[in-house]
Amino acid sequence: MRVRRRPAPGIDCKPPSSGSRLVSIGSDASVSPGATGWTGQPFERREDAALLTGTGRFADDLGVRPGTLHAAFVRSPHAHARARAIDVSAALAVPGVRTVLTGEDIRRWAAPFVVGVKAPMEHWCLAVDKVRYAGEPVALVVAGNRYLAEDAADLVRVDYEPLPVAVEIAQAVAEGAALLHEAVGSNVVSDRSFVYGDPDRAFAAATHRVRLDVRYPRNSCTPIECFVAVAEHLAGGEGYDVLSNFMGPFSLQAVMALALKVPSSKLRLRSPRDSGGSFGVKQAIFPYVVALCLASRKAGAPVKWVEDRLEHLSAATSATGRASSVEAAVDAHGRILALDYDQIDDVGGYLRAPEPATFYRMHGCLTGAYDIPSLRVRNRVVVTNKTPAGLVRGFGGPQVYFALERVVHEIARRLQLDPLDVFRRNFIPRAAFPYRAAAGALIDSGDYHGALELAVRDGALEELRTRRAQARAQGRLYGIGFAAIVEPSISNMGYITTVLTPEARARAGAKNGAIATATVSIDLLGGVAVTVASVPQGQGHATVLSQVVADVFGLHPDDIAVNVELDTQKDAWSVASGNYSSRFAGAVAGTAHLAAMRLRHRVAAIAAAQLNCAPADVVFAGGKLHSRAAPDRALHFARVASGPHWAPALLPEGQVPGLRETAFWTPEQLAAPDAQDRINTSAAYGFAFDICALEIDRATGSVRIDRYVTAHDAGRLLNPALADGQIRGGFAQALGAALMEDFAYSTDGAFLSGTFADYLVPTAAEVPEPMILHIETPSPFTPLGAKGLGEGNSMSTPVCIANALADALGPEVAAEAIALPMTPSKILALIGMADPPPAKPPTAASAQAPKSGGRALAMSGAVELKAPPQAVFDVLLDPAALAAVIPGCHALSAIGEHRYSADVTLGIGPVRARYRAEVALSEIVAPRTLRLAGCGTGALGSAEGSGRVTLSPAGSGTRLEYEYEVSVGGKVAAVGGRMLEGAARIVLGQLFERLDRRALLGTDAAPAESAWKRWLHRLGITQ
Amino acid sequence: MKRFEREGQHRVDVTLNGERAGAHCEPRMLLSDFLRQQLGATGVHVGCEHGVCGACTVRIDGVAQRSCLTLAVAADGRTIDTVEGLAPAGQELSDLQQAFRRHHALQCGFCTPGILMSAAEFLERVPHPDEAQVRDLLSGHLCRCTGYTNIVRAILDVARARGAERA
Amino acid sequence: MKPAAFDYIRADSADEAVALLAEYGDDARVLAGGQSLMAVLNMRLAQPKALIDIHRASDLNRIEDDGALRVRAAATQAALMRYAGLEHKAPLLAQALPHLGHFQTRNRGTVCGSVAHADPSAELPLCLATLDGEVVLRSKRGRRSLKARMFFTGMLQTAREPDELIEEVRFPRLSTGERQGFVEVSMRHGDFAIVALAAVVSREAVRLGVGGVADRPTVAHWPRLEGAALDDALNQLAWELGAQDDHHASAVYRRHLVRTLGRQLISRLLREQDA
Repeated sequence: MRVRRRPAPGIDCKPPSSGSRLVSIGSDASVSPGATGWTGQPFERREDAALLTGTGRFADDLGVRPGTLHAAFVRSPHAHARARAIDVSAALAVPGVRTVLTGEDIRRWAAPFVVGVKAPMEHWCLAVDKVRYAGEPVALVVAGNRYLAEDAADLVRVDYEPLPVAVEIAQAVAEGAALLHEAVGSNVVSDRSFVYGDPDRAFAAATHRVRLDVRYPRNSCTPIECFVAVAEHLAGGEGYDVLSNFMGPFSLQAVMALALKVPSSKLRLRSPRDSGGSFGVKQAIFPYVVALCLASRKAGAPVKWVEDRLEHLSAATSATGRASSVEAAVDAHGRILALDYDQIDDVGGYLRAPEPATFYRMHGCLTGAYDIPSLRVRNRVVVTNKTPAGLVRGFGGPQVYFALERVVHEIARRLQLDPLDVFRRNFIPRAAFPYRAAAGALIDSGDYHGALELAVRDGALEELRTRRAQARAQGRLYGIGFAAIVEPSISNMGYITTVLTPEARARAGAKNGAIATATVSIDLLGGVAVTVASVPQGQGHATVLSQVVADVFGLHPDDIAVNVELDTQKDAWSVASGNYSSRFAGAVAGTAHLAAMRLRHRVAAIAAAQLNCAPADVVFAGGKLHSRAAPDRALHFARVASGPHWAPALLPEGQVPGLRETAFWTPEQLAAPDAQDRINTSAAYGFAFDICALEIDRATGSVRIDRYVTAHDAGRLLNPALADGQIRGGFAQALGAALMEDFAYSTDGAFLSGTFADYLVPTAAEVPEPMILHIETPSPFTPLGAKGLGEGNSMSTPVCIANALADALGPEVAAEAIALPMTPSKILALIGMADPPPAKPPTAASAQAPKSGGRALAMSGAVELKAPPQAVFDVLLDPAALAAVIPGCHALSAIGEHRYSADVTLGIGPVRARYRAEVALSEIVAPRTLRLAGCGTGALGSAEGSGRVTLSPAGSGTRLEYEYEVSVGGKVAAVGGRMLEGAARIVLGQLFERLDRRALLGTDAAPAESAWKRWLHRLGITQ
Repeated sequence: MKRFEREGQHRVDVTLNGERAGAHCEPRMLLSDFLRQQLGATGVHVGCEHGVCGACTVRIDGVAQRSCLTLAVAADGRTIDTVEGLAPAGQELSDLQQAFRRHHALQCGFCTPGILMSAAEFLERVPHPDEAQVRDLLSGHLCRCTGYTNIVRAILDVARARGAERA
Repeated sequence: MKPAAFDYIRADSADEAVALLAEYGDDARVLAGGQSLMAVLNMRLAQPKALIDIHRASDLNRIEDDGALRVRAAATQAALMRYAGLEHKAPLLAQALPHLGHFQTRNRGTVCGSVAHADPSAELPLCLATLDGEVVLRSKRGRRSLKARMFFTGMLQTAREPDELIEEVRFPRLSTGERQGFVEVSMRHGDFAIVALAAVVSREAVRLGVGGVADRPTVAHWPRLEGAALDDALNQLAWELGAQDDHHASAVYRRHLVRTLGRQLISRLLREQDA
């Protein structure tokens, strides 16, 4: 075990306001190869010079063929609707527009995507009959540039029939729920139960049963670069060529090819050198790639699409939401005997590949860091009217550990144990590795107790506990939380088949392994080049590969050319290629090492002939080769290594020409699930133990992280500076998940987090510096002993913060009430806010909480009008008068009795939303009451309102009481959620003012003062 | 007064990183698109197009601002500096860029050009910042990779080094 | 996310801008710094026929002090923040401006633009209302000056007529014996406020402005209140604002902040004044 620590001991993790406390790590420029070479050194990144000078090569930076056209998607404003008809004529009439791709084309040319479970569900790259989430693409406009494409997209008219929605899990599984995929007959599209060991006996024997119901929200790591793809349909049946920032897994290449109905060899996917972050997210570009290929086919030209931020936030992807019930059987000493998980995943509108992998990625290690022999699991996958879920950093881990580690916290609390003792008594013992977990994970190596003690000691837990005691003595809310997580890396491509029954699996054929590929070559002048199918997004793969390969050949990392671009028609790749499941350090770098070693053996054989020694005695060092026995007689590496190109005839017996080795590697431990559903889900399992100390501001509910300690064991570290970078980045994202990030939907399924002012990610002002500690217990199963570490904090930090909050809030707060994200508003609600009633009734109009599944905004109130009831009623029933009353109504024409079509422009400040609307009057009881309803759609989305208006005489005028429900969808909701309520009130206010004015036509009376103005002067309040 | 008709292509000339540059565009073209697509300054990155993420930050007449919230026609005649021009002539990297590399202050590098342009102006205005001031500056940029720590370090390091040089 | 097409007209003086507004009226939007408007245009939430860009009108790019701080239409938030002596002349502004967006948006965003946009959560409208400042509107028909309370008419809505230019806003300077304070709770640094409070306390009276809760900045005028009377007044105010739930904060939370932070802020200012 090697222990590293960074930063210096005692560094405090106060938030930025506490002043300058950073410790400089100093210059890396002096780094030289260590005893084991370059590998393991905090080497500066070779990627950086280009990125720092604006010469990076991101997908949108690369030139495209002249004549390339640009795409804009038309997206559904509805969460659930039938798309009855689509009219693209106005869009096609815009000069510069080439074509519009619709569901009709998709049906003709494409196939639905393959689905991971056996259920009659279809997911196409564009909606073909129904839309199942707000933002779902329904058409694609292709034009000369993006501006024009958006102009035309606004003119595509889709005739929607809105359907009832199922937005939340509880709603989707309820009796009589609106069905997303009718043919399935249920929104539960997969339901699997598993038993390992003997949980029944364990629960029967348990002294304590600790149960918790928790939720994990929908969020995303939102890379700053959005999706980019350029697709070209090739002439002569050559298929498609696509450049995109797709990140893998390249198993999805097959999914795309099948959807495009071309041989997979004819779907060429290329990746650029640079990608602006992904964190799993760019996996979800693949349906768009298919749509763009078909658009190119229809347009007869290459088509480029750059996703914008609104598209990305609303419709790209999301971490899977989860509702979990987890129960632990615990003995009198705090030993956990069994776990029972009942988990429901919210995958959104479609089960998009690789879902339901969020469940099964973690399946083998559901017992976490603990030696727990028995386990029961029920996994249900539920579709809802939300954006489809997919890979997001941590994938499955945040969901599992939020449940498991909250339960461990609860066990300590209920049994009145030090949480550390619960960890110590349950951790897999050091001597037990490799350890076979109940559900099948073969946990390769670790020292969980050692990592815990390191964190406790170097994190100065005792000091934090003293601070907590002092703070509490002063009535302050200070808490300490812990989390221990096992971090899987290098996913078994067979784990997803755990969703099938053993019988179905047998029929489908076994799947397993995690093939990694790398190619190392030496050129005419002895230059060494490495190519890999790893598709990095900033993790520094090129740097690490150059370190690893330089060591193999005794060269300097700068001597190694690394090309991380990928071309599926030219490079070595396979099903598991791509950058996910933290597979780089363990699998890809190790495979590059294998390829380099093969090449080294060949060069050694050539050199041995010249050095008169055995190949095994050839030493590679300092750019030269010599025999172990005669270090003074050295040959230049370049000279030896280039020889086979220039004079293949001189190669030693048995050597083939060319100096290029491609290695394919798969961890042999990754078998398919067995007949008992045991599955070793990953090749390597790292570990993290975190301590969070925080304080809650009683006045505002805001959280100050006092110290965050995170101790990692990722096996051998290949570049510790990059490792720490992964930890810091993962920590910052996880802090966001814990405290602020959440894709918000209204009860009617409208998406409300469409901008970075609505979807809140932490900035430098919110992210403290974590204390990072390392131990290194190398993996026996990966070539270099390395494991992944980029996802650990995504798994540990949200729940560690939650545990610290639970500790700060104290036992009065129900454990279930800790629900992410813990915003100040939620936290203060848990502390309790006195909300004394006003001395006098407030004059502001009231708004009620919406009913579940109902429209998002509900308003009721009353206004006094000066016109008498009959006059008001007459206006409502007279179409000409009604046209003048409806705010922004340009034209109103009858389409039935008391039913009108209208063109309405609603405006608030600079914002103008134009809707093609239908207005209807019903439940008419003259002159007392009626219902006035309207619904419309336009380029900015949809709007619906329905309300009952009741009139009663009040003096010479009328008291108008209203009860309104309003629903707004599409762009207006996504970017203006903060203001929807206010906007709806303004429109209603305008409606009633105009109604009064119209009813008073011909009378002398002035219209009524608005409600706002009336309370303006009360109590000295002015506005 | 100068009028630019909506459908027309209008000439926009700027001084880009010390060189004269220009191209035609519609009035509605965003400066971020103009710099990238018309003038080839692809180091200007587009991350949100509503002014929050900061990736597109450039200096206009020395002042760091969002190029996605500026029209190209509004920048006509201005001096624009982007990350491509940050290194002094004849050098690969400026001290700020070097510090970013040394401190591992970037990963994917997509947000980095904007941060560099903000930091360049900031250090001219605030030569001796404390950590809180640097974090305040950085709060106008979103970075999803680094957790910000190393960016803060790099900027503070440059300020220290420049201070030492002046002293 | 690209704007719809528009004509773009660069006005090089206030006169030109006013003439153009007379020509275009409601079909045009005035573009100054664009930090609010450009985002709205990029999302196509607004599609004006024309933009009248005033950011190069040199006669509008000034901040003057004639007893009030007169910030002209093209003056940036950064310029106001750096205005010499701001912390003495208008301490409320000096305290509020660092909360307003970020270094990079203040560099370009204008003071008048923020006032024109009338976002209910924005800091500058709140300061203007609390200081009882004025907005000077100019059209071909002439000039008029409106008190902030008459200017802000609702969410994103103002009393500006379509042909009027917000030529300047006037922030009264700190009076002798007055104390000013600002406090804000937002989800992140630089975000729009969940609740923002601005207070002016004198020997005789207390003014408390609240942003982020009602549809516009709302100012309560009270005599000098302390103890239970202050609590009662704050509670009534908290309810009168008609707080709403949104996905970042509940109505209860907003009321709570109005009460607790209002009390903290006013008590602190009263103490400072007594000291």
